[in-house]
Amino acid sequence: MATAEVRHELFGHAEQKNYLNCSKGALSWLLTLDHKRIGIMYLIGVSVALLLAGFFALMLRTHLYYGDSSFLALKWLFGEAANYNANKVYNQMFTLHGAIMVFSFIIPSVPAALGNMVLPMMLGAKDVAFPRLNLASFYLWVFGTGFLIVALMNGGLDTGWTFYTPYSIETDTGVVYATMGAFILGFSSIFTGINFLVTVNTMRAPGMGWYGMPLFLWSLYATAIIQILATPVLGITLLMLIAERMLGIGIFNPKFGGDPVLFQHFFWFYSHPAVYIMILPAMGVISELISVHAQKRIFGYSFIAFSSVAIALLGFLVWGHHMFTSGQSIVVNLIFSAITFSVAIPSAVKVFNWLATLYKGSIALNTPMCYALSFIFLFGIGGLTGLFLATLSTDIHLHDTYFVVAHFHFVMVGGTLTAFLGGMFHWWPKFFGRMYNDFLGRIGCFLVFAGFNLTFFPQFVMGARGMPRRYASYDPEFQIFHQWSTIGAFVLGIGIVLSFAVLLHAVWFGRKVAGNPWGAGSLEWQSSSPPSFHNFDHKPIFHDPYDFDALVYDKGLDTYVAREFMDPNQVPERVPVTH
Amino acid sequence: MAVADTHHHDHHDHGEFIAHHFDNAEQQFDSGKLGIWVFLVTEVLFFSGLFVAYILWRYHHPEIFQQAHVFLDKVLGGINTVVLLFSSLTMALAVRCSQMSNNRGTAFYTLITMVCAAIFLGVKAIEYSHKWDQGILVRSMWAYTLDHQEAKLGIAQQLGVSDWLIWLSIVPAILLGVFIVASVTATLMAKPIWSKFYAGLAITVGGYFLGALGGQIYMKNYEAREAAGTAQVSPLVLHADDKAAASAQQHDHTGEHAGEHGHAGEHHDSHHPDPKSLDRDVGVFFSIYYCMTGLHAFHILGGIAFLSWIYFRSLKGHWRSDYFGPVEYVGLYWHLVDLIWIYLFPMLYLID
Repeated sequence: MATAEVRHELFGHAEQKNYLNCSKGALSWLLTLDHKRIGIMYLIGVSVALLLAGFFALMLRTHLYYGDSSFLALKWLFGEAANYNANKVYNQMFTLHGAIMVFSFIIPSVPAALGNMVLPMMLGAKDVAFPRLNLASFYLWVFGTGFLIVALMNGGLDTGWTFYTPYSIETDTGVVYATMGAFILGFSSIFTGINFLVTVNTMRAPGMGWYGMPLFLWSLYATAIIQILATPVLGITLLMLIAERMLGIGIFNPKFGGDPVLFQHFFWFYSHPAVYIMILPAMGVISELISVHAQKRIFGYSFIAFSSVAIALLGFLVWGHHMFTSGQSIVVNLIFSAITFSVAIPSAVKVFNWLATLYKGSIALNTPMCYALSFIFLFGIGGLTGLFLATLSTDIHLHDTYFVVAHFHFVMVGGTLTAFLGGMFHWWPKFFGRMYNDFLGRIGCFLVFAGFNLTFFPQFVMGARGMPRRYASYDPEFQIFHQWSTIGAFVLGIGIVLSFAVLLHAVWFGRKVAGNPWGAGSLEWQSSSPPSFHNFDHKPIFHDPYDFDALVYDKGLDTYVAREFMDPNQVPERVPVTH
Repeated sequence: MAVADTHHHDHHDHGEFIAHHFDNAEQQFDSGKLGIWVFLVTEVLFFSGLFVAYILWRYHHPEIFQQAHVFLDKVLGGINTVVLLFSSLTMALAVRCSQMSNNRGTAFYTLITMVCAAIFLGVKAIEYSHKWDQGILVRSMWAYTLDHQEAKLGIAQQLGVSDWLIWLSIVPAILLGVFIVASVTATLMAKPIWSKFYAGLAITVGGYFLGALGGQIYMKNYEAREAAGTAQVSPLVLHADDKAAASAQQHDHTGEHAGEHGHAGEHHDSHHPDPKSLDRDVGVFFSIYYCMTGLHAFHILGGIAFLSWIYFRSLKGHWRSDYFGPVEYVGLYWHLVDLIWIYLFPMLYLID
């Protein structure tokens, strides 16, 4: 049995140097090859992108509150009174909201930011396989996002985030800057994918087989496959679009005999799988949160693992469901519709497994668990409404209405953003060594949940009643829905800001915690909090990530330790994991 | 117990090339190899969009491909194919040398590979500049005429080449000068490795001019042999009688290739189809051609950059039989670039 000193050294508060304070100065951050620091830089970056694009969302919702051009608050921001055109500004707001949210926030949020911090540690590795490539990915993200912002300042962008031809060839806004930005962001995503795939393949801790990996890693692996196979197609598509705009190559431009629908095929061949780049890592986060905060072995491990892979592969075969009304043949529509329905199966497998994990678990309603429960509810609605859109007959009615907007926001915001916030609250004590105010965290979670539902539930109703998306004005009968939606958007915004404030407050003022405050079994919790530069002072020994009975709470150290390291003078105890 | 030795001591004496986060050389090599293979997958997919565009246009508009391919010179394309195949051989030999700890051999074969890459670009510059002279451009800029654009630059007139070739060659010419000066400077400063490195780069850029010169001589020869009536006309060379011949034979070569009309001498001028006889969208073929070959040329340029890094490290003597990963990875990339050309050549040049 380990002595008190050894146990304290192994599991106690980290007094020694950690990755946050091992070196100082701006350059030690900007040129770092440490995955944890790169992850934190990503975290800052994607948070800025989230707040910027969220600001655009609030602007466009405010415009829609009035439903005509009477809202002029943007005038001082976006132009002189003489040529101010509220509807034009509205077009740019929703386009940049979509483009920045999709390319700069949602896609890198969980994989690049949280994944970078967590993935190597979950594997018991010192770093990702290619640390320099990892840093390059981050700077590509910075440049790509920079291009999107340059587009904002050079005429804006009003094509919608999808850049559909022929309008994207004709509009006089900054399409080339924006597509260049998306192109660069694509490469950032590809390099992250390559890095993670190789790291998972070659750098697992001794003893960790594929089925010993935490489910978050399975989902990141599936995500990496999509990033690798889908993103290059987006890259070449955007290059062709740029060539079309600047040189007139005539492949997408009907004026020169080109086929604009071909662009849609190319675009969705990436962008539908990209939807799974956005949601799969979030599902992986939820698998971790549910099992840890219910202190119960995840139910149906291999079903959850392979449903990630199944979603990744099926995701490549459903792009045509974005184009049911584009004049595709009926046979093609039927095939795409049928495959789209089949994606519901692995998605539902996950949801049922999470619910079964909760059943008879020791559920602790910590902030991360609140987010996880909120995810299951919102993702359930988002997923089920997807079936309405996959049905050919109802899609004719619902296509391009607010029903679609509400559907994908339930998945992207209700799913990914919720899981991203939940994951932040879950791993925050690990990476900063401090616990946040759990009560305020839960309040933030509730505001996000309530505000979100208030924003998007009315959109289902008005979408089903025929309110088209992307319109700057509407018939009077829709006004009450738009007004509820706008109020909800502000509540959601307050919730997000509050959550960020709670987390930031904890970095400096939170209570210090030791290595494993939640009683989690995966390897990253074996290191000190915050981890040292090399992640582990001692090469971690693999054990089952979901065997929570192997961990007991040690009062003296205020952390969970493996049963064999427990203070021999104490009676083993399983206290609820609340802080 | 949970405390294992984290500091796995490497017993090889070149441990400086094993990054701190890998346990051993084998893990590092396996990671790099998997990484580069996955990267190559993304490269193939990157080109796939253009291949799909090619397939769709060829399927829906075969007549454009029939009309357009006569503008491409099979001989120059063939020379480039041979050059790239040969460079793949030298690349493979470079990898072999590095595996046997033979740094001199690696440097030598890497340099040959770089020169081949540059020759390829030189020949490509000849092809591009002749097409641009004739207004053979992408769809929206399509301005094909039987007239060659007159050279306006003095130096172009003196050398008897196209203006475009001069513009394309400016950067290589500057680089050539810079590398020669750098090499001489490094020699004077007694830095032999840098001297050899810059000399190698200068030789590489020289490869570009060698390719361009060869292409140009091929053109001139063609004119000479053609004047003697012994050669089939290269589509890239124009002749005084073309315009007359074209208008005279306008009726009989609409959208068709010379080979289908009997012997070559009689129909050589159908290599220069009358602009009026061409399909409106024939420029789309060249849109696809420029996108594909242009993207490929960028990959060649990238390849030269990677190869020069390998060349430099070879001069430094970094490769050993248990550390040669980077040579192998760049080699795999180079073979892929070669392979893509192996597809592009028949797809674009050998349509007939």
